[in-house]
Amino acid sequence: MAAPRHSAMLSISNNVGTPQSTSSDKTQIAQPQSPAQTPGLRVPSNRKTIYDRHLNRSRNAELSRASFAYLFAEMVTYAQRRVTGIQDLEKRLNEQGYPLGLRLLDLLFYRATSTSSSALSSSSTSSSPPNRPLRILALLHLIHGPLWRLLFQRSADALEHSVSPDTPNEYMITDNDPLVNTYISVPREMSMLNCAAYIAGVIEGVCDGCGFEAKVSAHNQPTEMWPSRTVFLVRFGDTVMEREKVLERQGVK
Amino acid sequence: MSYYFTILSPTDTPIFNIAFGTSKGGGDGIARFRFPDTAQYMNQFIIHSSLDIVEEAQWTNGGMYLKHVDTYPPAAAYISAFLTPSGARFLLLHQPPQLPNSNTGSLGSSSLLGPGGSTTRASSSSIAANPTSPQTEEAVRQFMNEIYESFVKTAMSPFYKQGMEIRSPVFRTKVTAAGKKWL
Repeated sequence: MAAPRHSAMLSISNNVGTPQSTSSDKTQIAQPQSPAQTPGLRVPSNRKTIYDRHLNRSRNAELSRASFAYLFAEMVTYAQRRVTGIQDLEKRLNEQGYPLGLRLLDLLFYRATSTSSSALSSSSTSSSPPNRPLRILALLHLIHGPLWRLLFQRSADALEHSVSPDTPNEYMITDNDPLVNTYISVPREMSMLNCAAYIAGVIEGVCDGCGFEAKVSAHNQPTEMWPSRTVFLVRFGDTVMEREKVLERQGVK
Repeated sequence: MSYYFTILSPTDTPIFNIAFGTSKGGGDGIARFRFPDTAQYMNQFIIHSSLDIVEEAQWTNGGMYLKHVDTYPPAAAYISAFLTPSGARFLLLHQPPQLPNSNTGSLGSSSLLGPGGSTTRASSSSIAANPTSPQTEEAVRQFMNEIYESFVKTAMSPFYKQGMEIRSPVFRTKVTAAGKKWL
Protein backbone atom coordinates (compact mmCIF):
# COMPACT_ATOMS: atom_id res chain seq x y z
CA MET A 1 0.00 0.00 0.00
CA ALA A 2 2.77 2.37 0.94
CA ALA A 3 4.97 1.71 -2.05
CA PRO A 4 2.62 2.71 -4.87
CA ARG A 5 1.59 5.82 -3.08
CA HIS A 6 5.24 6.74 -2.66
CA SER A 7 5.96 6.22 -6.34
CA ALA A 8 2.97 8.29 -7.28
CA MET A 9 4.24 11.14 -5.16
CA LEU A 10 7.64 10.83 -6.74
CA SER A 11 6.27 11.19 -10.20
CA ILE A 12 4.26 14.23 -9.15
CA SER A 13 7.28 15.94 -7.69
CA ASN A 14 9.20 15.11 -10.82
CA ASN A 15 6.65 16.83 -12.94
CA VAL A 16 6.53 19.90 -10.79
CA GLY A 17 10.22 20.36 -10.12
CA THR A 18 11.80 19.55 -13.45
CA PRO A 19 9.41 19.85 -16.34
CA GLN A 20 12.22 19.08 -18.80
CA SER A 21 12.71 15.57 -17.47
CA THR A 22 9.19 14.36 -18.11
CA SER A 23 9.17 11.05 -19.86
CA SER A 24 6.31 11.77 -22.24
CA ASP A 25 7.46 11.90 -25.85
CA LYS A 26 5.25 14.77 -26.81
CA THR A 27 6.74 17.22 -24.33
CA GLN A 28 10.26 16.20 -25.21
CA ILE A 29 9.72 16.95 -28.85
CA ALA A 30 8.11 20.24 -28.07
CA GLN A 31 10.72 21.32 -25.54
CA PRO A 32 13.65 22.60 -27.65
CA GLN A 33 11.98 25.63 -29.23
CA SER A 34 10.46 27.29 -26.19
CA PRO A 35 13.11 27.17 -23.42
CA ALA A 36 15.80 28.29 -25.87
CA GLN A 37 14.28 31.77 -26.19
CA THR A 38 12.57 32.03 -22.81
CA PRO A 39 14.25 30.20 -20.01
CA GLY A 40 12.03 29.57 -17.05
CA LEU A 41 8.81 29.81 -19.02
CA ARG A 42 6.45 27.03 -18.13
CA VAL A 43 3.93 26.05 -20.74
CA PRO A 44 1.04 23.71 -19.93
CA SER A 45 1.66 20.14 -21.03
CA ASN A 46 -0.98 20.36 -23.77
CA ARG A 47 0.83 23.46 -25.11
CA LYS A 48 -2.29 25.56 -24.77
CA THR A 49 -1.65 28.84 -23.06
CA ILE A 50 -4.45 31.24 -22.12
CA TYR A 51 -3.78 33.01 -25.40
CA ASP A 52 -4.75 29.92 -27.39
CA ARG A 53 -8.13 29.55 -25.74
CA HIS A 54 -11.17 31.22 -27.12
CA LEU A 55 -12.80 33.82 -24.92
CA ASN A 56 -16.29 33.00 -26.10
CA ARG A 57 -16.00 29.33 -25.30
CA SER A 58 -17.66 29.65 -21.89
CA ARG A 59 -20.11 32.27 -23.07
CA ASN A 60 -23.25 30.22 -22.75
CA ALA A 61 -21.91 27.95 -20.06
CA GLU A 62 -23.79 27.98 -16.80
CA LEU A 63 -22.29 27.78 -13.40
CA SER A 64 -23.65 25.50 -10.71
CA ARG A 65 -25.58 27.64 -8.27
CA ALA A 66 -24.56 25.39 -5.38
CA SER A 67 -20.86 25.80 -6.07
CA PHE A 68 -21.27 29.54 -6.43
CA ALA A 69 -23.15 29.73 -3.13
CA TYR A 70 -20.43 27.71 -1.44
CA LEU A 71 -17.65 29.82 -2.89
CA PHE A 72 -19.39 33.05 -1.98
CA ALA A 73 -20.05 31.85 1.57
CA GLU A 74 -16.33 31.17 1.90
CA MET A 75 -15.53 34.61 0.56
CA VAL A 76 -17.77 36.23 3.14
CA THR A 77 -16.19 34.14 5.90
CA TYR A 78 -12.76 35.10 4.66
CA ALA A 79 -13.66 38.78 4.59
CA GLN A 80 -15.07 38.51 8.09
CA ARG A 81 -11.72 37.63 9.63
CA ARG A 82 -10.14 40.43 11.62
CA VAL A 83 -12.77 43.01 10.76
CA THR A 84 -13.86 45.57 13.31
CA GLY A 85 -17.41 46.14 12.18
CA ILE A 86 -20.04 45.78 9.53
CA GLN A 87 -18.73 48.72 7.53
CA ASP A 88 -15.29 47.19 7.48
CA LEU A 89 -16.70 43.89 6.31
CA GLU A 90 -18.69 45.54 3.55
CA LYS A 91 -15.60 47.46 2.49
CA ARG A 92 -13.68 44.21 2.15
CA LEU A 93 -16.42 42.59 0.09
CA ASN A 94 -16.46 45.71 -2.04
CA GLU A 95 -12.70 45.44 -2.61
CA GLN A 96 -13.07 41.82 -3.65
CA GLY A 97 -15.60 42.77 -6.30
CA TYR A 98 -13.73 45.76 -7.71
CA PRO A 99 -11.13 43.90 -9.83
CA LEU A 100 -13.88 41.69 -11.18
CA GLY A 101 -15.71 44.78 -12.44
CA LEU A 102 -12.63 45.97 -14.32
CA ARG A 103 -12.23 42.58 -15.99
CA LEU A 104 -15.89 42.11 -16.84
CA LEU A 105 -15.88 45.44 -18.60
CA ASP A 106 -13.21 44.34 -21.06
CA LEU A 107 -14.82 40.94 -21.51
CA LEU A 108 -18.25 42.46 -22.07
CA PHE A 109 -16.96 44.70 -24.85
CA TYR A 110 -14.89 41.97 -26.38
CA ARG A 111 -17.90 39.69 -26.59
CA ALA A 112 -20.16 42.40 -27.90
CA THR A 113 -17.57 43.19 -30.55
CA SER A 114 -17.08 39.65 -31.69
CA THR A 115 -20.79 38.91 -31.99
CA SER A 116 -21.66 42.01 -33.96
CA SER A 117 -19.22 40.93 -36.65
CA SER A 118 -19.58 38.00 -38.96
CA ALA A 119 -18.79 34.54 -37.67
CA LEU A 120 -16.06 34.14 -40.25
CA SER A 121 -13.35 36.02 -38.43
CA SER A 122 -13.49 36.74 -34.74
CA SER A 123 -11.25 39.78 -34.94
CA SER A 124 -13.09 41.58 -37.71
CA THR A 125 -15.31 44.38 -36.50
CA SER A 126 -16.20 46.05 -39.72
CA SER A 127 -19.88 46.24 -38.77
CA SER A 128 -20.19 48.41 -35.69
CA PRO A 129 -18.45 47.77 -32.42
CA PRO A 130 -20.26 49.05 -29.32
CA ASN A 131 -19.37 52.48 -28.04
CA ARG A 132 -17.68 53.23 -24.78
CA PRO A 133 -20.11 55.02 -22.46
CA LEU A 134 -19.36 58.74 -22.37
CA ARG A 135 -22.33 59.97 -20.38
CA ILE A 136 -23.64 58.79 -17.03
CA LEU A 137 -26.90 57.50 -18.41
CA ALA A 138 -25.17 55.36 -21.03
CA LEU A 139 -22.95 53.89 -18.35
CA LEU A 140 -25.89 53.10 -16.06
CA HIS A 141 -27.77 51.46 -18.90
CA LEU A 142 -24.70 49.36 -19.56
CA ILE A 143 -24.68 48.20 -15.94
CA HIS A 144 -28.43 47.76 -15.71
CA GLY A 145 -28.66 45.75 -18.92
CA PRO A 146 -25.63 43.98 -20.44
CA LEU A 147 -23.57 43.69 -17.26
CA TRP A 148 -26.47 42.30 -15.23
CA ARG A 149 -27.30 39.88 -18.01
CA LEU A 150 -23.69 38.70 -18.15
CA LEU A 151 -23.68 38.08 -14.40
CA PHE A 152 -27.22 36.95 -13.64
CA GLN A 153 -28.85 36.32 -17.03
CA ARG A 154 -31.47 39.00 -16.48
CA SER A 155 -31.58 42.78 -16.31
CA ALA A 156 -31.68 44.65 -13.05
CA ASP A 157 -35.15 45.57 -11.84
CA ALA A 158 -35.01 49.35 -11.69
CA LEU A 159 -32.82 52.31 -12.43
CA GLU A 160 -33.63 55.58 -10.71
CA HIS A 161 -32.20 59.05 -10.31
CA SER A 162 -32.21 60.74 -6.93
CA VAL A 163 -35.16 63.13 -6.65
CA SER A 164 -33.50 65.30 -4.04
CA PRO A 165 -31.97 68.48 -5.54
CA ASP A 166 -29.08 68.27 -3.05
CA THR A 167 -27.81 65.02 -4.45
CA PRO A 168 -27.99 65.12 -8.24
CA ASN A 169 -24.98 62.78 -8.37
CA GLU A 170 -26.86 59.84 -6.83
CA TYR A 171 -28.37 57.07 -8.88
CA MET A 172 -29.99 53.86 -7.73
CA ILE A 173 -30.01 50.44 -9.29
CA THR A 174 -32.45 48.00 -7.74
CA ASP A 175 -32.32 44.25 -7.70
CA ASN A 176 -35.38 42.59 -6.21
CA ASP A 177 -33.68 39.33 -5.42
CA PRO A 178 -29.88 39.46 -5.68
CA LEU A 179 -28.33 36.10 -6.42
CA VAL A 180 -25.54 36.58 -3.90
CA ASN A 181 -27.99 36.95 -1.03
CA THR A 182 -30.19 34.00 -1.93
CA TYR A 183 -28.54 31.59 0.48
CA ILE A 184 -27.45 34.03 3.13
CA SER A 185 -29.42 34.76 6.27
CA VAL A 186 -27.90 37.61 8.18
CA PRO A 187 -27.89 37.33 12.01
CA ARG A 188 -30.13 39.78 13.84
CA GLU A 189 -27.25 41.71 15.44
CA MET A 190 -25.77 42.36 11.98
CA SER A 191 -29.04 43.36 10.35
CA MET A 192 -27.35 46.30 8.60
CA LEU A 193 -25.07 44.00 6.65
CA ASN A 194 -25.77 43.35 3.02
CA CYS A 195 -23.42 40.92 1.34
CA ALA A 196 -24.32 42.37 -2.03
CA ALA A 197 -21.58 44.86 -1.16
CA TYR A 198 -19.60 42.50 -3.37
CA ILE A 199 -21.79 43.37 -6.34
CA ALA A 200 -21.49 47.02 -5.37
CA GLY A 201 -17.74 46.55 -5.73
CA VAL A 202 -18.23 45.09 -9.19
CA ILE A 203 -20.31 48.12 -10.19
CA GLU A 204 -17.67 50.42 -8.77
CA GLY A 205 -15.02 48.66 -10.84
CA VAL A 206 -17.07 49.10 -14.00
CA CYS A 207 -17.68 52.81 -13.30
CA ASP A 208 -14.03 53.46 -12.50
CA GLY A 209 -12.84 51.53 -15.52
CA CYS A 210 -14.95 53.69 -17.81
CA GLY A 211 -13.51 56.80 -16.22
CA PHE A 212 -16.46 57.61 -13.96
CA GLU A 213 -15.14 57.91 -10.45
CA ALA A 214 -17.88 56.62 -8.14
CA LYS A 215 -18.66 55.17 -4.76
CA VAL A 216 -21.19 52.38 -4.72
CA SER A 217 -22.88 50.85 -1.70
CA ALA A 218 -25.55 48.21 -1.21
CA HIS A 219 -28.58 48.82 1.03
CA ASN A 220 -31.38 46.59 2.25
CA GLN A 221 -34.81 47.84 1.26
CA PRO A 222 -37.12 44.90 1.80
CA THR A 223 -40.71 44.99 0.62
CA GLU A 224 -43.42 42.53 1.45
CA MET A 225 -43.07 40.81 -1.86
CA TRP A 226 -39.27 40.95 -2.07
CA PRO A 227 -37.69 40.41 1.35
CA SER A 228 -34.12 40.61 0.04
CA ARG A 229 -34.63 43.59 -2.25
CA THR A 230 -31.36 45.50 -2.52
CA VAL A 231 -30.66 49.01 -3.74
CA PHE A 232 -27.24 49.85 -5.09
CA LEU A 233 -26.55 53.50 -4.48
CA VAL A 234 -24.12 54.95 -7.04
CA ARG A 235 -22.58 58.27 -6.05
CA PHE A 236 -20.49 59.90 -8.75
CA GLY A 237 -17.59 62.19 -7.91
CA ASP A 238 -17.58 65.95 -8.53
CA THR A 239 -15.21 65.68 -11.49
CA VAL A 240 -17.65 63.35 -13.22
CA MET A 241 -20.56 65.74 -12.69
CA GLU A 242 -18.52 68.64 -14.05
CA ARG A 243 -17.55 66.71 -17.13
CA GLU A 244 -21.15 65.63 -17.57
CA LYS A 245 -22.21 69.28 -17.77
CA VAL A 246 -19.51 70.08 -20.32
CA LEU A 247 -20.42 67.09 -22.46
CA GLU A 248 -24.10 67.98 -22.28
CA ARG A 249 -23.33 71.45 -23.59
CA GLN A 250 -21.30 69.96 -26.41
CA GLY A 251 -24.17 67.69 -27.26
CA VAL A 252 -22.21 64.46 -26.79
CA LYS A 253 -24.45 61.49 -26.30
CA MET B 1 7.53 51.62 -42.65
CA SER B 2 8.56 51.32 -39.05
CA TYR B 3 6.27 50.93 -36.08
CA TYR B 4 6.50 51.49 -32.39
CA PHE B 5 3.63 50.07 -30.37
CA THR B 6 2.99 50.69 -26.72
CA ILE B 7 0.27 49.93 -24.19
CA LEU B 8 -0.31 52.41 -21.40
CA SER B 9 -2.22 51.62 -18.25
CA PRO B 10 -5.01 54.00 -17.13
CA THR B 11 -2.43 55.67 -14.88
CA ASP B 12 -0.04 56.27 -17.81
CA THR B 13 2.43 53.54 -16.91
CA PRO B 14 3.85 51.83 -19.99
CA ILE B 15 3.02 48.16 -19.62
CA PHE B 16 4.16 46.88 -22.99
CA ASN B 17 6.52 48.14 -25.72
CA ILE B 18 7.58 46.77 -29.04
CA ALA B 19 9.27 48.14 -32.16
CA PHE B 20 8.89 46.38 -35.47
CA GLY B 21 8.94 47.02 -39.18
CA THR B 22 6.54 46.25 -41.96
CA SER B 23 6.30 42.79 -43.44
CA LYS B 24 4.25 43.85 -46.44
CA GLY B 25 5.73 44.54 -49.84
CA GLY B 26 8.92 42.61 -49.20
CA GLY B 27 9.61 44.14 -45.80
CA ASP B 28 11.64 42.03 -43.41
CA GLY B 29 9.82 43.06 -40.22
CA ILE B 30 12.75 45.00 -38.78
CA ALA B 31 12.19 48.56 -37.62
CA ARG B 32 14.27 51.16 -39.40
CA PHE B 33 13.49 54.54 -37.93
CA ARG B 34 14.70 57.68 -39.66
CA PHE B 35 16.85 58.72 -36.75
CA PRO B 36 18.08 55.44 -35.34
CA ASP B 37 20.31 57.06 -32.70
CA THR B 38 17.50 58.89 -30.99
CA ALA B 39 14.56 56.67 -31.96
CA GLN B 40 14.76 54.68 -28.76
CA TYR B 41 13.68 57.54 -26.54
CA MET B 42 12.17 59.91 -29.08
CA ASN B 43 9.49 57.37 -30.02
CA GLN B 44 8.38 57.09 -26.42
CA PHE B 45 8.51 60.84 -26.07
CA ILE B 46 6.36 61.40 -29.16
CA ILE B 47 3.86 58.78 -28.12
CA HIS B 48 3.47 60.16 -24.62
CA SER B 49 3.10 63.70 -25.91
CA SER B 50 0.06 62.60 -27.90
CA LEU B 51 -1.73 61.56 -24.73
CA ASP B 52 -3.26 65.00 -24.27
CA ILE B 53 -4.98 64.71 -27.63
CA VAL B 54 -6.08 61.17 -26.89
CA GLU B 55 -7.65 62.27 -23.64
CA GLU B 56 -9.49 65.02 -25.43
CA ALA B 57 -10.72 62.75 -28.20
CA GLN B 58 -11.72 60.14 -25.66
CA TRP B 59 -14.76 62.12 -24.55
CA THR B 60 -16.06 63.13 -27.94
CA ASN B 61 -15.66 59.85 -29.76
CA GLY B 62 -17.28 56.82 -28.17
CA GLY B 63 -15.57 54.26 -30.36
CA MET B 64 -12.76 52.13 -29.10
CA TYR B 65 -10.56 52.84 -32.12
CA LEU B 66 -9.85 56.56 -32.30
CA LYS B 67 -8.00 56.36 -35.63
CA HIS B 68 -5.11 58.65 -36.40
CA VAL B 69 -4.94 61.21 -33.59
CA ASP B 70 -1.63 63.00 -33.80
CA THR B 71 1.27 63.76 -36.12
CA TYR B 72 4.78 64.80 -35.26
CA PRO B 73 6.15 66.25 -38.52
CA PRO B 74 9.89 66.49 -37.65
CA ALA B 75 10.09 62.73 -37.38
CA ALA B 76 7.19 62.08 -39.78
CA ALA B 77 5.58 60.11 -36.99
CA TYR B 78 1.86 59.34 -37.13
CA ILE B 79 0.06 58.12 -34.05
CA SER B 80 -3.07 55.99 -33.93
CA ALA B 81 -4.88 55.22 -30.71
CA PHE B 82 -7.19 52.52 -29.42
CA LEU B 83 -8.92 52.70 -26.06
CA THR B 84 -10.05 49.69 -24.13
CA PRO B 85 -13.24 50.23 -22.11
CA SER B 86 -11.29 49.70 -18.89
CA GLY B 87 -9.01 52.63 -19.68
CA ALA B 88 -5.86 51.04 -21.11
CA ARG B 89 -4.53 52.79 -24.20
CA PHE B 90 -2.93 51.17 -27.19
CA LEU B 91 -0.80 53.65 -29.10
CA LEU B 92 0.86 52.91 -32.40
CA LEU B 93 3.48 55.21 -33.85
CA HIS B 94 4.06 54.69 -37.54
CA GLN B 95 6.70 56.25 -39.64
CA PRO B 96 6.52 55.85 -43.41
CA PRO B 97 9.79 54.95 -45.10
CA GLN B 98 11.91 57.81 -46.29
CA LEU B 99 11.23 58.37 -49.95
CA PRO B 100 14.39 57.73 -51.92
CA ASN B 101 14.63 61.38 -52.95
CA SER B 102 18.13 61.87 -51.64
CA ASN B 103 19.27 58.72 -53.39
CA THR B 104 17.89 59.61 -56.77
CA GLY B 105 18.98 63.20 -56.35
CA SER B 106 22.62 62.45 -55.78
CA LEU B 107 22.74 59.63 -58.30
CA GLY B 108 20.52 61.07 -60.97
CA SER B 109 21.55 58.62 -63.66
CA SER B 110 21.26 55.56 -61.49
CA SER B 111 17.52 55.97 -60.90
CA LEU B 112 16.93 53.73 -63.86
CA LEU B 113 18.84 50.93 -62.23
CA GLY B 114 17.15 47.98 -60.54
CA PRO B 115 17.71 48.59 -56.80
CA GLY B 116 16.37 52.14 -56.73
CA GLY B 117 13.32 51.19 -58.74
CA SER B 118 12.49 48.20 -56.58
CA THR B 119 12.56 50.18 -53.35
CA THR B 120 10.16 52.71 -54.77
CA ARG B 121 7.81 50.01 -55.86
CA ALA B 122 7.96 48.29 -52.51
CA SER B 123 7.16 51.45 -50.62
CA SER B 124 4.36 52.58 -52.86
CA SER B 125 2.63 49.21 -52.85
CA SER B 126 2.73 48.88 -49.09
CA ILE B 127 -0.37 50.00 -47.24
CA ALA B 128 1.84 52.17 -45.13
CA ALA B 129 3.03 54.53 -47.85
CA ASN B 130 0.18 56.85 -47.04
CA PRO B 131 -0.37 56.79 -43.28
CA THR B 132 -3.74 58.52 -43.31
CA SER B 133 -5.37 56.58 -46.12
CA PRO B 134 -8.51 54.54 -45.35
CA GLN B 135 -6.63 51.33 -46.12
CA THR B 136 -4.05 52.10 -43.47
CA GLU B 137 -6.73 53.02 -40.96
CA GLU B 138 -8.47 49.74 -41.62
CA ALA B 139 -5.26 47.75 -41.28
CA VAL B 140 -4.41 49.46 -38.01
CA ARG B 141 -7.96 48.82 -36.78
CA GLN B 142 -7.61 45.12 -37.49
CA PHE B 143 -4.22 45.09 -35.80
CA MET B 144 -5.60 46.83 -32.72
CA ASN B 145 -8.58 44.50 -32.49
CA GLU B 146 -6.35 41.48 -32.62
CA ILE B 147 -4.21 42.87 -29.83
CA TYR B 148 -7.32 43.74 -27.85
CA GLU B 149 -8.28 40.08 -27.90
CA SER B 150 -4.91 39.06 -26.47
CA PHE B 151 -5.08 41.90 -23.99
CA VAL B 152 -8.46 40.77 -22.66
CA LYS B 153 -7.04 37.29 -22.21
CA THR B 154 -4.18 38.76 -20.22
CA ALA B 155 -6.52 40.87 -18.13
CA MET B 156 -8.74 37.89 -17.35
CA SER B 157 -5.86 36.02 -15.77
CA PRO B 158 -6.29 35.98 -11.98
CA PHE B 159 -2.57 36.67 -11.58
CA TYR B 160 -2.75 39.87 -13.58
CA LYS B 161 -3.65 43.13 -11.87
CA GLN B 162 -4.55 46.25 -13.77
CA GLY B 163 -1.45 48.33 -14.46
CA MET B 164 1.02 45.46 -14.25
CA GLU B 165 3.66 45.12 -16.93
CA ILE B 166 2.83 42.43 -19.49
CA ARG B 167 5.86 40.19 -19.53
CA SER B 168 4.41 37.15 -21.24
CA PRO B 169 6.55 36.08 -24.22
CA VAL B 170 3.43 34.52 -25.69
CA PHE B 171 1.73 37.90 -25.71
CA ARG B 172 4.78 39.39 -27.45
CA THR B 173 4.65 36.65 -30.08
CA LYS B 174 0.96 37.38 -30.60
CA VAL B 175 1.63 41.08 -31.13
CA THR B 176 4.44 40.32 -33.56
CA ALA B 177 2.18 37.96 -35.48
CA ALA B 178 -0.59 40.56 -35.64
CA GLY B 179 1.93 43.12 -36.89
CA LYS B 180 3.07 40.72 -39.59
CA LYS B 181 -0.47 39.97 -40.60
CA TRP B 182 -1.88 43.49 -40.89
CA LEU B 183 0.91 46.06 -41.07
